[in-house]
Amino acid sequence: MNPITFIQLILTGSIRSGTSVMYAVLGETVSEKVGVVNLGVEGSMLMGACLGFIVTYQTGNPWLGVLAAGLAGGILSLVHGYLVINCGANQLASGLATLFLGLGLTALLGRDYVKQNIVGFNPIPIPFLSDIPFIGSILFKHDILTYLGFLIGPLLWFVLYRTRWGLSMRAVGESRAVAFSTGRNPARIAYLGVFIGGVLSGLGGAQLSIAFTHFWVENMTQGAGFIAVALVIFGMWRPMRAMVGALLYGGAYSLQLTLQTMGVGIPPSLLQMLPYVLTLAILLAWGKASKRAMPSELGLPFGSQA
Amino acid sequence: MQRSSKRITLILTSFVAIAIAMLAISPRAITAQTNATPAATMAAASTMAATMAGTMSAAASDGLPAACGTTSGTIRDLAAKIKADPSKKVKIGFLFVGPVDDFGYNYAANQGRLCLEAVYPGSTVYAENVPETAEAERVMENMIKNDGATILFPTSYGHYDPATHVAKKYPNVSFFHMGGPKAVTNLSTFFGDIWQMVYVSGYAAGKISKSGKLGYIVAFPIAQTLLNVNAFELGAKAANPNATTTVVFTANWCDPAKLSAAANNLVDQGIDVLTMHQDCPKPVIEVADRRGVHVVGYHADGSSVSPKAWITGSMWVWGPTMLTLVDSVLSGTYKPSVLFYGPKEGIVDLAPFGTDVPKDVQDATLKLKADVIAGTVFPFTGPIKNQKGDIVVKDGEKPDETTLQAMDYLVDGVIGTLPQ
Repeated sequence: MNPITFIQLILTGSIRSGTSVMYAVLGETVSEKVGVVNLGVEGSMLMGACLGFIVTYQTGNPWLGVLAAGLAGGILSLVHGYLVINCGANQLASGLATLFLGLGLTALLGRDYVKQNIVGFNPIPIPFLSDIPFIGSILFKHDILTYLGFLIGPLLWFVLYRTRWGLSMRAVGESRAVAFSTGRNPARIAYLGVFIGGVLSGLGGAQLSIAFTHFWVENMTQGAGFIAVALVIFGMWRPMRAMVGALLYGGAYSLQLTLQTMGVGIPPSLLQMLPYVLTLAILLAWGKASKRAMPSELGLPFGSQA
Repeated sequence: MQRSSKRITLILTSFVAIAIAMLAISPRAITAQTNATPAATMAAASTMAATMAGTMSAAASDGLPAACGTTSGTIRDLAAKIKADPSKKVKIGFLFVGPVDDFGYNYAANQGRLCLEAVYPGSTVYAENVPETAEAERVMENMIKNDGATILFPTSYGHYDPATHVAKKYPNVSFFHMGGPKAVTNLSTFFGDIWQMVYVSGYAAGKISKSGKLGYIVAFPIAQTLLNVNAFELGAKAANPNATTTVVFTANWCDPAKLSAAANNLVDQGIDVLTMHQDCPKPVIEVADRRGVHVVGYHADGSSVSPKAWITGSMWVWGPTMLTLVDSVLSGTYKPSVLFYGPKEGIVDLAPFGTDVPKDVQDATLKLKADVIAGTVFPFTGPIKNQKGDIVVKDGEKPDETTLQAMDYLVDGVIGTLPQ
């Protein structure tokens, strides 16, 4: 295979396989910015994938599916929000409980939809831009949710770092007491962050079911939510870096596929570990540096701050 | 809020949340439709089991549903005999390791259940997503105790051990396990051979492909999947001597995102016919449809997903066999046995053709199918070379079934790597 085709394959695949995770990483970043770790990302993704699929099937309109997916993901994350913000529950335990809730609920709700066909989103080549050699097919032949995903990172960056809202959110993640003493309502802001996180995770799920695969089956995310949680650390709680992390993960994913198709003499079982090894390596390499970037009160039970 | 009342709220809410979660994910075997641990669907333990399966066929004109396949005269007579004597009441329980709607393994096995249901109306109960653990024993015992099931079909390979345990406890219940290695007094096993049909569908793929480049998305590199990949490539070569099959392993029986990614990657490389050995083939069919390439199915007839992208496929037809087995219990002719069938007995079939397949390709494919079934064409007749060019089957040699089922190489023309 010539090297240009090879690189083209990897980069195209990196966007294809990275987009759904990217939504989730961005969502988790917002949630953690306000000090709430949500291990239930996977649950929100499943809610989004499932309800997005169901609503798209029932209405024939994938946009309504996207709406439902966002809401479903958001609502599930509010369960987590209620447990940790109102009741001061342990964030990790509550996140896992939410994950199983989402897993079980979607298995139940989506049971009759596994066999259904939907008219979901198809790749839309952008006129002119998609004809550019090399980068055209890498960047400009994707579905609409992929294009939107790329706008969300910069948007979040702007909101978090250039608006008063964003300042409030970051303040709550750093110190609820200080945020409170400056006239903010930490609980309300934390709820908002958790909800946005859930919505974005839900959209990531929707990208998977109604744009990428046009298919629903229970537990279809296969651990992508946990990868997202890990990538937040790589992203040092910053949206733009989080996007890069998701794309790296997608790239590793497509690298292993491409190497397999080339008949490279590496056992496929080793290649399949690549994305996860990469995630681990990233955590090892940046784990220490990222500690400083971590919101100070991340994971701290609500109601217990000094 | 007071601190203590806050704590109570916390405990209560957590309890409710966990209770809901447990409720939602725990299997319930009492009802006919059950939903169990979702994770179990993807359990790697389903390895062997998942490699079986597939059914549904051209509409039968004899009053039996399509789920029974294109039935032979004996089966029709049997069905007519049973229908004429409605005094024979029976309750039959089915266990599936995944959802029955996945167009894959469980879908195929469920078609067999639907066939039984048509002949013995109201006779079947079933449970989906039954893990291959002690949980399966609980589900089976529930079916026996609460539903009065006297015949059970644990359909997944991993249900074998649980089934043998329950069989020992309930000597009056008959068990038919799919693919298990040994029979005991009240437990028989049955399974079949599908690679012949994979060969025939590979031929059709070779005829349809313009680039001569085919792609095979496989879950795990085990003997059974390698046999299918090789049969597919040999079939494609019979149609086009230059045909190659690029193989990708996903290390998962059903990971939709990985399937979509792999399929897209292959299409990007100029591959224009995709096929798969997966529990949930649908995402691959969807990609073929969207990318304007063709697809050969496995396990079951998925032509309804995209008639245009669909070429054909190999599929299991369990119904008639299950019918015979149930009748053997009811008429007292049952003997514990390990049954193994092939295309000759009709346990597998070629799926219907898609709309893009020209008449002459259909005819040539059907003729090849007839020749393979009759034995005049034996796909693995030597000389056959492996990827390195070494002879693995000597000139004129015809390996027996045991040798084939232990396959550990990829034939010349397959692009991909096996673990050492």
